[in-house]
Amino acid sequence: MWLPRLAIDRWRLGEGCARGEGPDADPLALIAETAHGPRIDAVNDAGRAAGARRGMMLADARTLCPRLKVAPSDPEGDLAFLGKLAVWAQRWGPWSALDAPDGLVIDVTAVAHLFGGETRLLADAQAAFARRRLTARLAIAPTAGAAWALSHFGPERAILQPGDDAAACLEELPVAALRLDDEVLVVLRRLGLKRLGDLHGIGRSALHRRFRNRKSPAANPLIRMDQLLGRVSEPLLPVVRRQAPLVQRRLLEPIRHRELLDQVVADLAGDMARELEGKGQGARRLEIGLWRVDGEVAMRHLELSAATRDPAHVCRLFSAKLDDVDAGFGIEMVRLRASWTEPLALEQGDIEAAAETQGTSLAACLDRLTVRLGEKAVRRPVLHASHMPERAQRWRPPLEREPAAQEELRFHARPLKLLDRAEKIAVLYATPDGHPKAFRWRGQVREIARVEGPERIAPEWWRSKSTARLRDYYRIEDTAGCRYWIYRHGLMEDGRGGLPDWFLQGLCA
Amino acid sequence: MPATMLSDLCDVDALAAARSTRWRPGLAAPAHSEIFAGGSEGGGAGLALALACDALRSSLVEDEDRRAVLWVQDRAAVRLTGRPYRPGLPVELRRRLIHVVAEKAEDALFALEEGLRCRELAFVIGELTGNPKALDFTASRRLSLAAEKYGVPLWLVRLDAQRDLSSARMRWDVRAAASPAPRWNAVAPGNPSWRAELFRARAHAPGEWILRDDGRSLVAAPPHSVGVAAAAGDRPLAAG
Repeated sequence: MWLPRLAIDRWRLGEGCARGEGPDADPLALIAETAHGPRIDAVNDAGRAAGARRGMMLADARTLCPRLKVAPSDPEGDLAFLGKLAVWAQRWGPWSALDAPDGLVIDVTAVAHLFGGETRLLADAQAAFARRRLTARLAIAPTAGAAWALSHFGPERAILQPGDDAAACLEELPVAALRLDDEVLVVLRRLGLKRLGDLHGIGRSALHRRFRNRKSPAANPLIRMDQLLGRVSEPLLPVVRRQAPLVQRRLLEPIRHRELLDQVVADLAGDMARELEGKGQGARRLEIGLWRVDGEVAMRHLELSAATRDPAHVCRLFSAKLDDVDAGFGIEMVRLRASWTEPLALEQGDIEAAAETQGTSLAACLDRLTVRLGEKAVRRPVLHASHMPERAQRWRPPLEREPAAQEELRFHARPLKLLDRAEKIAVLYATPDGHPKAFRWRGQVREIARVEGPERIAPEWWRSKSTARLRDYYRIEDTAGCRYWIYRHGLMEDGRGGLPDWFLQGLCA
Repeated sequence: MPATMLSDLCDVDALAAARSTRWRPGLAAPAHSEIFAGGSEGGGAGLALALACDALRSSLVEDEDRRAVLWVQDRAAVRLTGRPYRPGLPVELRRRLIHVVAEKAEDALFALEEGLRCRELAFVIGELTGNPKALDFTASRRLSLAAEKYGVPLWLVRLDAQRDLSSARMRWDVRAAASPAPRWNAVAPGNPSWRAELFRARAHAPGEWILRDDGRSLVAAPPHSVGVAAAAGDRPLAAG
């Protein structure tokens, strides 16, 4: 849904005149002040007829049409108006999103039959906009990108059915229908690509190479084309009026002592639990605000590893966070807000008492550990695609879902523990470029009794510098029976440094 | 060994010897064990993991165990022996590990106790360096009680520590031992082995064993005849 003349329509509504009558009969431009002088944001019909265009400097337009009137434009007001329109437009579908500055996206999936088909739905919407004296161009398509293209450049009230071949139907549209930045459009025009069909004509790999550094969708025609054809998903931010559950207590007497504050927090947690229970939600993030008498506000945040609304658990976690709050002359208002909630079914309550007898749940345990030890202290290892042993493992939050990764190769023998930094060892060679006979580590000389290796791990050329050296790993056991994982950094004659150093990186079980 | 023979044995040493031949360390593992180990070898954590896995295997869990495992280290333990490395962990634990780094011994003890009070953990491993003041007999007793109350076993590795007062039900002292030669490459290091001394235990006579993880279970052999035990076959001695 495109509102091509939103700014002018709004101005006209503000003036209370019909199109082409009263003040609208004279050429008029809405201008914005820029560093180079006033620039035209929007023009009415008379202005357009007189030669003024959007994006023109006002001085240039005045030379074409000396009697051009001006009024200041109001982008913030337009955006707020568009937000209201988005909510209003939910009469045609349950879900809508802004497409700033002048578009709306409405999800009409499985809705059209309520209006008697998609054609009549569009007619109804057009009539409704006309009643509000707004110019709108409407289109229905399976993807947001295709709908945008059709509404801006397609025929009036175009409808693209899911069964249609979108690439064939849209190939006559200009490349500007891809929602690209201006400079990309210039590049495409210089390349001679004017229609969407032209993009299909040349190989995908050629286009990919031309735009390989453009990561943002608005700068890469391939991504936009894929979004248009529905090959990649395009997340949209819906306008939903959602209110974060919020409870607060205004205190008759400012409080300065910790016990009283704990009591207030416990009351608030109870209120919040009831509030959340009514909505069937559990809190993932909680913010507590303490308004002091002298105007200071202290905020504390709490993130929970799983949705909860257990007041005792929340109190317990906040009690650690509130230790360093300075009450000053007293706290007069306390507010608790759940800024991130997730659905949580009703269940049997009283977890604290149950915890005494049956133990806590894992999420509660991790919350307590995280609050006391910090976010970075409680983590779980996940695999990462890399040959380098220290890069092959990353640390992620404990309850996060594990990313998909290739399983370790079974024939790789890896140590049980890896040092944070490989420690340098001094070695005595048995043969000039084989494994060592003895080494000194942490001030102790160890003789090597058994050895397996080398396992050669080359540097990752796509990531590291060209001077990075390869590593030859050996699993060794010394005469006392201790098992280690050591490596030689580089080769004798590889031309990437002097004599290779030896490092001890891992301890085997 | 037939059970009737046990009644014939009267002196304690012979009884202990008889029991030690039937015994597998993971059987009837206590709730709270301590393992003393050197700070420059991976043996302490290795034995703790092997004992814990053996205890898990011998306990009767029919379906697949998916409970998480908590591994708490203090900062000095991370510096000395490094962090757990997922590709090197026992296969059944790789997806289940949750790792905690505590700056101070007090924090580590807090994390251990919170872990023991959690019903959704299979076991808790702790690694503490030296003899911190916070880990006195009272703290150790708290850990024992929590572990027994909630049924979550605790394996506490003490790196470079003196044998201080503790309420752990089994206390081991472990050093690395020469591993048995693998079948296909006799000069390579084999399955991990440890020379483990059980110096204090409630349910068992103290003694010294060579413990060896053969991938399926933990095998205990007498310390002085490793070659003989290896020749006798790798069956768990519990079966004999």
